[in-house]
Amino acid sequence: MTKETNSTTLTRRALLSRAASAGSLAVIGGGFMAAPNASWALTVNVISSHQMATVFQMARDIYPHDQIGDEYYVIAVKGYDNDGAKDMIAEGVAALDASAQAAGFADYVSVGWESDRVKLLTAMEDTGFFQTIRGGLVTGLYNQKAVWPIFGYEGESFSQGGYLDRGFDDINWL
Amino acid sequence: MVAKFDLNDDNVVVVIGTGAGGGVLSNELAQKGVKVVALEAGGRYLPEDYVNDEWESFGQLAWTDPRTTSGDWRVSRDFSGLPAWIVKAVGGATTHWAGASLRIQEHEFKTQTHYGNVEGASLLDWPITLADLEPYYDKAEKKLGVTRTNGIPGLPGNNNYKVFEAGAKKLGYKEVHTGRMAINPVDHDDRMACQQTGFCFQGCKWGAKWSAAYTDIPRGEATGNLEVREHAHVARILHNDQGKVTGVEYFDKDGALQMQKARVVCVAGNSLESPRMLLNSASSMFPDGLANSSGMVGKNYMRHMTGSVYASFDKPVRMWRGTTMAGIIQDEARHDPSRGFVGGYELETLGLGVPFMAAFLDPGAWGRSFTSAMDSYENMAGMWIVGEDMPQESNRVTLNDAVKDKWGLPVANVHFTDHPNDIAMRDHAYRQGKAVYEAVGATRTFPTPPYPSTHNLGTNRMSAKAQDGVVNKWGQSHDIDNLFISDGSQFTTGAAENPTLTIVSLAIRQADRIASEMTRKAL
Ligand SMILES: Cc1cc2nc3c(=O)[nH]c(=O)nc-3n(C[C@H](O)[C@H](O)[C@H](O)COP(=O)(O)OP(=O)(O)OC[C@H]3O[C@@H](n4cnc5c(N)ncnc54)[C@H](O)[C@@H]3O)c2cc1C
Ligand code: SF4
Repeated sequence: MTKETNSTTLTRRALLSRAASAGSLAVIGGGFMAAPNASWALTVNVISSHQMATVFQMARDIYPHDQIGDEYYVIAVKGYDNDGAKDMIAEGVAALDASAQAAGFADYVSVGWESDRVKLLTAMEDTGFFQTIRGGLVTGLYNQKAVWPIFGYEGESFSQGGYLDRGFDDINWL
Repeated sequence: MVAKFDLNDDNVVVVIGTGAGGGVLSNELAQKGVKVVALEAGGRYLPEDYVNDEWESFGQLAWTDPRTTSGDWRVSRDFSGLPAWIVKAVGGATTHWAGASLRIQEHEFKTQTHYGNVEGASLLDWPITLADLEPYYDKAEKKLGVTRTNGIPGLPGNNNYKVFEAGAKKLGYKEVHTGRMAINPVDHDDRMACQQTGFCFQGCKWGAKWSAAYTDIPRGEATGNLEVREHAHVARILHNDQGKVTGVEYFDKDGALQMQKARVVCVAGNSLESPRMLLNSASSMFPDGLANSSGMVGKNYMRHMTGSVYASFDKPVRMWRGTTMAGIIQDEARHDPSRGFVGGYELETLGLGVPFMAAFLDPGAWGRSFTSAMDSYENMAGMWIVGEDMPQESNRVTLNDAVKDKWGLPVANVHFTDHPNDIAMRDHAYRQGKAVYEAVGATRTFPTPPYPSTHNLGTNRMSAKAQDGVVNKWGQSHDIDNLFISDGSQFTTGAAENPTLTIVSLAIRQADRIASEMTRKAL
C-alpha cells in the first residue's frame, strides 16, 4: 500500500470518528499518527497508518493493561514499519479486517468492544502473523524499563547497594 | 603467574568446559601439580561485568548457539530453539545458578533397589553410595561456603521466603528454612556478604554467591599449572590406533582450527554438549561416537521434574527483592509411593523480574487472564518445584545433521517426553504449592509449566557394568581409559536435589583419582 492510498482513503475526519467509536484509538493522518492527548506521535513510512493503527490495537488487545498508556504500546509495535515486515503486516491486517467485515464490522479497529475484537483474534491465534505480533510484545512491551514501575517492579538495585537495608524483608501483613 | 602450554605438549590434561564440573576439576588438578589446559567456548566475565537486567544478562552469558528440540514437552513448543537455559562463559552455569546446594539422599543413589521396576524407566543404582561421596560432599560444602554447614549461618529470609514459610508452617510442614545456599550470609573466603540485590540468576555483582568464574578458576591459574583458553570451541576429540585419546581439535577465538595434544581428556561441556562432542568425534574405529560401545551416549537425558507455583495476594510481597532462591520445604523430598509416584521433590522459593515473568508465567498466553496476573506482579510470591524425574532411554540428545552451528558442526537435538511418574509428581507438587499459598490468603494461584532446562543430567551415565552406561564410578569412560566425563552428564539418576553440589563433589573426587592414576603411571 502506498502513502497516497493512506491519505486518500484515511481522512482525518474518518479516522477521528473511528477514534471515537474505538475508544482509545489514535488520531491518524497521512502517515502521521498522534495520541489525542499528545502523549506520543509517530510517522509511518513504509506501512500505512491504518495498518499501524490496527497492529497497535492488536497489541492493546493481546496484552491489555488499562494502567499502561498508549505510548508504550506504540514503542512496542513501531518497529513493524519497515520493508522486512510490510508484506506480513499487509496480509495479516487484511485478513483481520476481512474477518471483522464477515462479522459485520467495518474493520478491526472499528469494533467497539474488546471482547468482540478478542473473538476475532482468537480465530487467528495460530497464524504466523498473530504469533509474531504476540511474541514480539513479550519483550517489546514488558522489557521496556519505563513500564516496570507501573507493575511496581524496581529493576536493578546494585547501584543502590541492594535491598539489604531497603526492605528485602519488610513484609508486614503476614 | 598464568601458565601457557604448547599445543604439542602431550603431558597435559585437557579439560573441556569450565563450569561446575570442569572449572572445579581444573583447579583441583592444578593444586596437585597436574598441568591442565582448560578449553572454554565462552568468554570471561567477572562481577564488574555482570548486568542486573534479565534479558541483557541472558544475551551476555547464555548459550544461544543453535539447538533443536522434539518430544511432547511444552518447552519444545514454546521455546523450540532453546531447550536449555545454560551458560557459555568461563565458570559455565555457575555464573547463572542460584546457589541451592543439597546432598543427594542415600536411597536416591539406589533407585532400582528402592523403587523397583517402574515401567518405561531405565532406573539403575549408582556405582557409588552416599558413604563414598560423603567425604567429598564435606569438601565441596567447604569450598562453596554452603550455609547451614561448617558453622556458617543461614541466610536471612526475604519477603518471598516469609510468605512461603508462613504458608508451609500453616500446612504443617516441618523442614522449612532459608536453604543450604552457596551464598555468603557474612563475609567469607575473601568474598563479601550477600546484599540482597536480587539478581542471583544474572551473576552476583558482589561475588557473594560462589561461582567457579571468580574462585576456582583464578585460584587454579595462580598455581601456574592451569591455562584457561577462552573462546575455544572444541569440535572433536582425537584418538590413536590403540583406541586412546590423544588430543582435541578446537576452533580458537579467531575461528582457526587448532589441535591440542593431551595425556588425558576430561569432558565437561554440560549434558547437552558433552554427548554432542562424543558423537561428533565418531571415527572408523568408533563409528557410533567415542565411548559409545553401550549405545548410551546421549540417552537417559534428565532435566528434573520441575514447574513453578506463583500466587497473588491482596497486599504487596515484592518477591524480586533479595535472594532469588533462598527458601526450601524438604518434607516432600522423601520416597513415599503412597503419594502415587516414586521419588520425591523439593519446593524452593523463586522470584523473577517483570521481563522473565512475562516470558515464563504461561508461555504463549495472552488476553486478560494473563495480563491481570501480570497486573498483580507486585503482590506475587513464587516457588520452584524440583523433583526426581525418571530416566528414559528415549529421552535423548542426538546429532541433528540438518542443522549446523557456525563451525559447520551438527547441533544437538534434545528429545524429551515426561514419564507418567513425572506427571503424577508434578500434579502433586502443584497441589501442595497452591495449598501453601492459599494457607496465607492467596487470591489466585498459577501452576506454571517448566522453563527451558537449567538442570541437564544423565546423558553419559555412570554404571557398574559397561553395557549399562558410559562411565565407571570415577567418571572414566568404560571404553577409553584416558577419557573422563566430569560434568552433570555422569548422573546415573537425577535425585530430587539441585545437582551442582554433587557435580562439584564428583569433580573433587575425580581429581584425586586422575592425579593418583597419573602418579602410578596408569594414565
Ligand atoms: C538460572 C539457573 C539457576 C540454577 N540454579 C541452581 C541451583 O540453585 N542449584 C544447583 O545445584 N544448580 C543450579 N543450576 C544448575 C547448575 O548451574 C548446573 O547444574 C551446573 O552448572 C552444571 O555443571 P556442568 O559442569 O555440568 O556444566 P556447566 O556449568 O554448564 O559448564 C559447561 C561449560 O562447558 C562449556 N562448553 C560446552 N561445550 C563446549 C565446547 N564444545 N568447547 C568448549 N567449551 C564448551 C560451556 O560454555 C560451559 O561453560 C542453575 C542453572 C541455571 C541456568
Ligand atoms: S541476592 Fe545476594 S547472592 Fe544474589 S546476586 Fe544479590 S548479593 Fe548476590
